[in-house]
Amino acid sequence: MGALTYREAGRQAVIAEMTLDQSVWCLGEDLGRGGVFGQYAGLEAQFGADRICSAPISEAAIMGAAVGAAMAGARPIVEMRFADFALCAVDELVNQAAKARYMFGGQSKVPLTVREPMGMWRSSAAQHSQSLEAWYAHIPGLVVAAPATAQDNYTLLRSSIRIDDPVVYMEHKHLWDFEGDVDQGAADFEYGPEQFGKAHVALEGDACTIVAWSAQVHVALEAAKSLAAEGVHAEVINLRTLWPWDKAAVACSVAKTGRLVVTHEAVGVGGFGGEIVATIAEKHFDKLQRPPVRLTAPRIPISYAPELENQVRVSAEQIAAGVRALA
Amino acid sequence: MNQGNLDTTRLIERRRLMLRIRAFEEAAIRAADQKLVLGAIHPSVGQEAVAAGVCAPLRKDDLLLSTHRGHGHTLAKGADARAMMRELFGREGGNCGGKGGSMHIADFDVGMLGANGVVGANINIAAGAAHAIKLRGGDQITVCIFGDGAVNRGPFLEGLNWAAAFKLPVLFVCEDNGYASTTKSSVVTGGGDLAARAEALGVPTASVDGNDVMAVEETAHRLGEAIRAGGGPRFLHARTYRLLGHTSVDPAKYRPEGEADGKWDDDPIQRATELLTGAGIPEADLAADATAAETEMQAAFDEAAAADWPAVRTAYDDVQDVGAIAAPQGL
Repeated sequence: MGALTYREAGRQAVIAEMTLDQSVWCLGEDLGRGGVFGQYAGLEAQFGADRICSAPISEAAIMGAAVGAAMAGARPIVEMRFADFALCAVDELVNQAAKARYMFGGQSKVPLTVREPMGMWRSSAAQHSQSLEAWYAHIPGLVVAAPATAQDNYTLLRSSIRIDDPVVYMEHKHLWDFEGDVDQGAADFEYGPEQFGKAHVALEGDACTIVAWSAQVHVALEAAKSLAAEGVHAEVINLRTLWPWDKAAVACSVAKTGRLVVTHEAVGVGGFGGEIVATIAEKHFDKLQRPPVRLTAPRIPISYAPELENQVRVSAEQIAAGVRALA
Repeated sequence: MNQGNLDTTRLIERRRLMLRIRAFEEAAIRAADQKLVLGAIHPSVGQEAVAAGVCAPLRKDDLLLSTHRGHGHTLAKGADARAMMRELFGREGGNCGGKGGSMHIADFDVGMLGANGVVGANINIAAGAAHAIKLRGGDQITVCIFGDGAVNRGPFLEGLNWAAAFKLPVLFVCEDNGYASTTKSSVVTGGGDLAARAEALGVPTASVDGNDVMAVEETAHRLGEAIRAGGGPRFLHARTYRLLGHTSVDPAKYRPEGEADGKWDDDPIQRATELLTGAGIPEADLAADATAAETEMQAAFDEAAAADWPAVRTAYDDVQDVGAIAAPQGL
């Protein structure tokens, strides 16, 4: 156990799996110099330029090549730099990677991990800031992970590389330097399918359930801290993965608190918060003592100027106010 | 047996394969007309020489990526016609369990990694399969067949550049039938010769009469051996003609009056027949090969028509390992 940054935890996860399995292959733009955010620093020297493949700026080819390589026996880790750029490779991910196993009647699986750094990062504007996790959760065949902590990033990335499904792996750009204790000593078998659809209770409480993932977990914790000072103890659930998602953990918490707030950085319309709220309302309506609440971005693009950009941020103050309103 | 420069033994074999492809397509069209094949099918009638010349000489462990018009390629790579016909019919025992149909036909056991419903999408996938081969080592090659419509899609640029940059073992084959769906390709394509695009991306090219099965085979084999020897990707431009419409229900009335009539004289099977007749092969033998192909495919048709539908619960199988939903109770 030791403190690592979220970035370094991801890097260590890749090193661990590449060391264990020769078929793991990284491909993406600028990997030779360590990746845009340093997530691959030193890996080319360690594993060679064949296995740490610096690609041309060809997102469709990167993703498509990963699909072909996965069907031919490799286990690619695809780097998309920004989740926004992955939109240049939607056919390759949605029509090909997600469907190949099914369309071909199970003749081939497509084991690949697509790293799509997501979310707001000061003044990056509309094409470098989006949170599009709900799109991928909608697509049969895909697994969607959104780690919030350094430990999540280590455990979920190793697990994503290991499973035989295509995983959309969405790290948050604002979290790269966040530090946290990371236990790298778990037995090998603990990295795998059981890590998905398993939420963590980031903070226990009985007044209200706050469900979040990715960077918004930290905002929710900040809100919970200020509420605690008022004697209101909210429970914060870090969902970790969106498909599959831990319905039981959310339902169990709501059974205790009777209140549900879901918060995410993505636009609210068609966002994954709607799926969570709808599921709890359909299956556990009797547990809700108040109407569920979504605290999400308005349906406007993300701006450059800080004051405009802040219009799409859901702040800790807004979350705290949302919880107070359910008292 | 060699007659002059003609290897008649090989031509007889390739003609048999072309006859099987033709008979398969004709059986599939009959089945579509009878509403036994429900989804769209894209017959390759007239284009059989490309499938037979490119795919038949490949090794079983070579990989092949094909298109929505992929029945011929798949048969030529060695797939079982009966399983393919069942797949078109959507029946149990189809290559893909009835989940893919004509446009997603695949047979991984013979290295056929799938037809594709998206034009040009197979190009990047083929580059990646070749990349995996290169990383692993060995002398397998990957063959990627696409049409003239695909050269106007982005993956053509990205995938050929990728293969050239990483010197990958892949043969790109443009099976140029003159039509991008229902639009004449020349009307919507800039520049001159399609092969020039590949040359510009650093992929050496060759062009061939795509209705001359022996020429296709010789050229594809020569390119394939250069690739196998570590020479990086190659591009083969094979000019042919789609004798029928885009799909089995397309009468292709958009073609200029009389255009197709003249092309039937250039039918690759007819050309092979004439060559063999000229070389002294008895017409009765050649007719017997045609009958054998039709008999085989009619049997595949009959077997598919009599086959069961897939169990409904299989709709829930093979979606994913993690996060798969359960089939409803009772299925």
